Amino acid sequence: MPGLGASFGRGGATNFLEDLSNSDCIVIEGSNMAECHPVGFQWVMEAKARGAKIVHIDPRFTRTSAVADLHVPLRVGTDIAFLGGLIRYVLENDLYFREYVVAYTNASALVGEDFVDTEELDGLFSGFDPETNHYDEASWQYEPEEPPHSGSDDPAEAAEQERSEQHPDVKESDRAQAAGSGGPPIPAKPKRDETLEHPRTVFQVLKRHFARYTPEMVAEVCGIEPAVFEQVAKWVTENSNRERTTAWVYSVGWTQHSVGAQYIRTASILQTLLGNIGRPGGGIMALRGHASIQGSTDVPTLFNLLPGYLPMPHAMQHQTLDEYCADAAGKAGFWGNKRAYTVSLLKAWFGDAAQPENDFRFDWIPKINGDHSSYRTIADMIQGKVSGYFLVGENPTVGHPNGRMNRFGLANLDWLVVRDLQMIESATFWNESPEIETGELAPETIGTEVFFLPAASHVEKEGTFTQTQRMLQWREKAVEPPGDARSDLWFYFHLGRILRSRLEGSTDPRDQALLHLTWDYPVHGETQDPDASAVLREINGTGPDGRALSTYIDMKDDGSTTGGCWIYTGVYADEVNQAARRKPAREQGAVASEWGWVWPLNRRILYNRASADPDGNPWSERKKYVYWDEAAGEWTGPDVPDFEETKRPDYVPPEGAKAQDALAGNDPFVMQGDGKAWLYAPAGLVDGPLPTHYEPVESVAENAFYKQQASPTIERIEGPWNRENPSMSEVFPFQVTTYRLTEHHTAGGMSRTLPYLSELQPEFFVEVSPELAALRGLTHGDYATLVSTRTAIEAKVLVTERVRPIRLRGGQVVHQIGMPYHWSYSGISTGDSANDLLGIALDANTHIQEDKVSTCDIVAGRRPRGSEMLEFVESYRRRAGVASGRVGVNGRAPVEGSTGHAETGS
Amino acid sequence: MKTWLDAWPVFRQLTGNDPLGRGTAARSKATEQVVSRTATADHVAKSVCPFCAVGCAQKVYVEDGRITQIEGDPDSPVNRGRLCPKGAASKQLVTSPTRVTKVRYRRPYGTEWEDLELDTAMEMIADRVLEARRKGWQEEDGPPGNRHRVNRTMGIASLGGATLDNEENYLMKKLYSAMGAIQIENQARI
Repeated sequence: MPGLGASFGRGGATNFLEDLSNSDCIVIEGSNMAECHPVGFQWVMEAKARGAKIVHIDPRFTRTSAVADLHVPLRVGTDIAFLGGLIRYVLENDLYFREYVVAYTNASALVGEDFVDTEELDGLFSGFDPETNHYDEASWQYEPEEPPHSGSDDPAEAAEQERSEQHPDVKESDRAQAAGSGGPPIPAKPKRDETLEHPRTVFQVLKRHFARYTPEMVAEVCGIEPAVFEQVAKWVTENSNRERTTAWVYSVGWTQHSVGAQYIRTASILQTLLGNIGRPGGGIMALRGHASIQGSTDVPTLFNLLPGYLPMPHAMQHQTLDEYCADAAGKAGFWGNKRAYTVSLLKAWFGDAAQPENDFRFDWIPKINGDHSSYRTIADMIQGKVSGYFLVGENPTVGHPNGRMNRFGLANLDWLVVRDLQMIESATFWNESPEIETGELAPETIGTEVFFLPAASHVEKEGTFTQTQRMLQWREKAVEPPGDARSDLWFYFHLGRILRSRLEGSTDPRDQALLHLTWDYPVHGETQDPDASAVLREINGTGPDGRALSTYIDMKDDGSTTGGCWIYTGVYADEVNQAARRKPAREQGAVASEWGWVWPLNRRILYNRASADPDGNPWSERKKYVYWDEAAGEWTGPDVPDFEETKRPDYVPPEGAKAQDALAGNDPFVMQGDGKAWLYAPAGLVDGPLPTHYEPVESVAENAFYKQQASPTIERIEGPWNRENPSMSEVFPFQVTTYRLTEHHTAGGMSRTLPYLSELQPEFFVEVSPELAALRGLTHGDYATLVSTRTAIEAKVLVTERVRPIRLRGGQVVHQIGMPYHWSYSGISTGDSANDLLGIALDANTHIQEDKVSTCDIVAGRRPRGSEMLEFVESYRRRAGVASGRVGVNGRAPVEGSTGHAETGS
Repeated sequence: MKTWLDAWPVFRQLTGNDPLGRGTAARSKATEQVVSRTATADHVAKSVCPFCAVGCAQKVYVEDGRITQIEGDPDSPVNRGRLCPKGAASKQLVTSPTRVTKVRYRRPYGTEWEDLELDTAMEMIADRVLEARRKGWQEEDGPPGNRHRVNRTMGIASLGGATLDNEENYLMKKLYSAMGAIQIENQARI
């Protein structure tokens, strides 16, 4: 979550669910919390019962809206305009929390003279290169306190790093996400003007940037009436001060946009100006959608990360450990210890083979040099560049946008391993997919060898999930898995064991990493299941004495400590599995510190030093949380301080101080190089230091703010299987948005296979307004066909006032269609797949697709079948002036180039 | 003295100490004999719901080696014993009769699934991993004149992790990195 990482230093929810009950106002935006996180929603209701105002901002009226004090429908894809309007309201009316802003944010920092804002360049920031569609961030930097120096032990190396940072191949490798725990590096601390008057202070830059985001513009762009906007602004600002706090809640309604990271940045700026970060009842609550999606980012199965948000080494920058650590060496903040975290990881992986004289085998880690994210890989598969694919608890032909493209990818592999509980669609694409019916795929032409290996369920194995508020909870094993079903721990352990035995005795340099891997986990039982607690202990790490470490602060860069994921150090403190703690909530305080374990170091509210004023006193008695106890000489409170416990509030770093010692006693954002929350991000995001309203890739409206219609940095993957609907096209006149239901889960493998859930939500439907139904002759309960340049799908029509046409100021009426995405052809409850309708266009920060907003047409009746279907969709493409979507065998031809992609063929 | 009237709940409600009829007055002989599945369980495993990321704690009741009930854990500070419809259906998830419990195999250009022993499948997969790794191996990469050492394979990709345990993600990343595979992704990308 780079939006949060670049703002505060860590890419995780800042607060915890139960803490929502301490809020005085809760704004839920980009989330239907009551239906998608129903049990977490009890804490919102708890807050409401205590008198909090609840606002729901969403295109659709849902069960969340039903219990909110106010539901604000807005046009899909316009949240930045709305939030930008709130930022302007706060700044123009002097409603920001001045003491907090001056002390804890970069508001007073001076931006360099070269920076030019979107206001002057009609929607572009300075540094844009139209050839590559990339920004050079050099002009976004602060004006440094002194002539720029890196603070590094090796200034020449660091300078080289900073230059190569701007290379397109490096920018494509998704460095933003590496801010998951540790803000982006900056060359030097900035000059500051604490009066905030200097025209180049971040504060003044911010004011100018959002000056045109007036209530009238919000009405024109979002379709929200000024009186309604005013009401939201009043509630939010009245509930954000010393005595009161407001919380913001979002989920994938924000991330799945071409400017998704900037959505979150906009909310971060607003919440920072209001002084709501690091305080009880405040914060930004990111609601994540899978049991351990936070965990799989912390301990990443992601191409661009190593455990603990260490970046994957980049071929152009990181050939040695010194080069890899150069950007952090000597820097302020906890990121300054990057070398200790990295060396401990290499020791955990390669054991005795990793020694100082061989650079701790840093060279054994493979290097990236561009975008190797999943959609790019699918396109590579279609071109036959990938041999084998593992699908482990993910069902991309249903859960990913553009199912057809995903299926073409699978059809061009040599082999595919699917590990799941049920026979999911991604395993049966070769004989059951919609393209079999259209004749685009046939088993006889598909050479992919498919292995389906049954997986153990959550009760048939032990281990930890990390849930939405960074909490690890250990699960005990209840029963053995049935038949051939095995845990994924079993699968990878034994696959590794077999591979290592095959390679035994090899002297080939490329085999040495595998052969020297620490891979001797204890095994249990008849099936030889590896011991998950031993793996968790390895993740935690050990000290020179061989005992489990209690904190990552004890990690060393000399090879005397190990640790597989530094941010998880402490989960096995005192040789005890802290994630297994289950002290009943009623037997402990509201923070419940003895239930499970939260990273980092069991801190439940992040940046909680900011819950006290610069002198260390609580901002108010009502919002007292972590504060300085002068008598004891330490920070105290109900939570673990997210600060060095004995660092005085008046501590001033001495000249030449490094890492955490370079942060002052009033710098609460300890992972940032300057200790501050970033209103303006001089680094860390590839599409701009400030959020800017752009229209979605596929929009029915013109950008009312700037000539630049959509984000200039959008990443596209081009091919006949991924056409784009032109914006403002009469052929695709409606906006469509996707969402989840309470009764189903993601791609449906865990819910459409269950009788209870299938009975509760038995078929695929789309929600349309009575106005749209009248316009297109749609009948409630009958079928309708939705068409895009990708394909056509059919669904039952639900005519409901829950979806309303949005009237923009200019008189334009925007019709929006709601579409749950859980269905496909397998299981008990079946239907067409919503994701087949969508294309893939990506946020360049995250490589996440924009599927919360796209365009389509909708007509009454069922879709055509067989080859007629292909002609039907092709006719839409012709009418819209889009290139053909017809493909050769298995989607392989024709081959087309892509934009924003460096060719990586060897 | 017990009379036939005592068998009548309304009578017990009117004359007994349960005027609201929500306790002893409403209990019949049949009720008395019913025992909940949770009471007779051999053991209870502490678990966590596998659906969304709220992280509701679950109690998994086991009798004779089979799961008989899954309920929310009232001790949890997060869910306080509650589960949503999906969490409440998780017993069906783990005991589903349509779960696949045997390895299935589809050969290239095949039109049917076939049976395969798990051990054989593991050996076959290991063969293919080594071959794909070799085929896609890159010592260096980049345009001419700007080539850099990458030490990796582009032959193998992987997707999934957000539904798995941290320990599983960890072994995956560790093993893939050691074999040189970099195209490793999960649901956090969507």
